[in-house]
Amino acid sequence: MSADKDEDPRMNGIKSKIRVVPDFPKPGIEARGFIFGPPIALAIGAKFVPLRKPGKLPGEIISEDYVLEYGKDCLQMHIGAVQPEERALVVDDLIATGGTLCAAMNLLERVGAEVVECACVIELPDLKGRERLKGKPLYVLVESH
Amino acid sequence: MRAAENGRDPRLKAISDAIRVVPHFPKPGIMFHDITTLLLDHKAFKDTVDLFVERYRDMGISIVAGIEARGFIFGPSIALGIGAKFIPLRKPGKLPGRVISEPYELEYGTDQLEMHVGAVQPGERTIIIDDLVATGGTLSAAIRLLERFQAEVVECACVVGSPVVQGECELKEKPLFVLVEPHY
Repeated sequence: MSADKDEDPRMNGIKSKIRVVPDFPKPGIEARGFIFGPPIALAIGAKFVPLRKPGKLPGEIISEDYVLEYGKDCLQMHIGAVQPEERALVVDDLIATGGTLCAAMNLLERVGAEVVECACVIELPDLKGRERLKGKPLYVLVESH
Repeated sequence: MRAAENGRDPRLKAISDAIRVVPHFPKPGIMFHDITTLLLDHKAFKDTVDLFVERYRDMGISIVAGIEARGFIFGPSIALGIGAKFIPLRKPGKLPGRVISEPYELEYGTDQLEMHVGAVQPGERTIIIDDLVATGGTLSAAIRLLERFQAEVVECACVVGSPVVQGECELKEKPLFVLVEPHY
């Protein structure tokens, strides 16, 4: 689902403020997901759980490896942050291939949470990341081709 | 300057209690103050943001600069609450486009903090946010970045910080506001 198609009048203001920088490396949930996730959590009365690159979270963690275009990366979450059956939303600034979001979903499902939806400001639809989300819905505000 | 915990603002105790200390992380001898447990307590997290918003909303602040990455967890909500822009200050290589860089000292060696050229206009009133202040090295680099574009740094703000550190901190005589003291 894309908010684009619903023609919410706020979309033009959002789209016109996003610039495209050619040939720049792809993002991950850390740290640009931290810019959007907390305000959303606060507004809806939810907890915020940061998913981070290795070595950043103190205490007990679980890890999920995932494949990049060249090589691998790893996403981590605190043990005990999420309880079984909690309903979770995964937020990032952008979805490209979907690899990072998929790793995030796996982390949450491994502790018994229910991933309700993934939400990103921007989608790069040509990279078909939406198809890597194990059938979970994706909500984006703008598309970039 | 500290929002005193001694019963003055009743929200501060829950905020302090929600922050856990993980000993010997990332290395032996460091008592790491982990704010992720605060983020799991919706009311305490909201109160944290509200305390900063209440302080800064009438000070004509047009920029909230947040230091990667834990400054990103608090900064945007504060910016939204006071009607300011949010500017991420990042490690090298993360910001696309033109950047300026400012080195700062680590215990061993140096690191860099970067900001986008054009994010800040001369004369803009700015606050800088991070989760915790220790030596003040990162905050000092942030102040220098903003001042290189003639922004006015009004204050540095952290969730956790020690008044003792404040005295020893290299913050170029800028005020430092913290909500709670470290647990020792």
